[in-house]
Amino acid sequence: MELKGRKVIALGERDGIQGGTLALCAGEAGAQVVLEKTYCFV
Amino acid sequence: MAESHSPGDLVVLLGTPTAESSRLYAITLRTGDPSWAGALAGVALGLPVYHIIEEEVKRQIPAATYEEHVALMEMAMDVGDIASAVSAVREDSA
Repeated sequence: MELKGRKVIALGERDGIQGGTLALCAGEAGAQVVLEKTYCFV
Repeated sequence: MAESHSPGDLVVLLGTPTAESSRLYAITLRTGDPSWAGALAGVALGLPVYHIIEEEVKRQIPAATYEEHVALMEMAMDVGDIASAVSAVREDSA
């Protein structure tokens, strides 16, 4: 699976890795982030 | 969102903290909500789902960025179990 050129849905979790971090990493890998969320189940 | 883009263009990246939560997200995004409680009950989106700590994803992210933003949390996660759980869902529903 190649991230470069793909559209990414970044689903983070507050107790794990947050959406903003996933989006940053995906962007630096050459992907376009189309949705970014951080969920919290507390 | 999934319906407005070609499935071949989309990838879902997860940041879930445990193998069980990762498995649940992956199943929901591949074959629909297994608990039949949410809006995606019975909706098979068939999206490719990966966790950011999976080697296949990690190697595509610049090492300095990964180290600064992900590596610390990764140390607190059961990386092997999470990667196995997500890849098993991808293979089972391929």
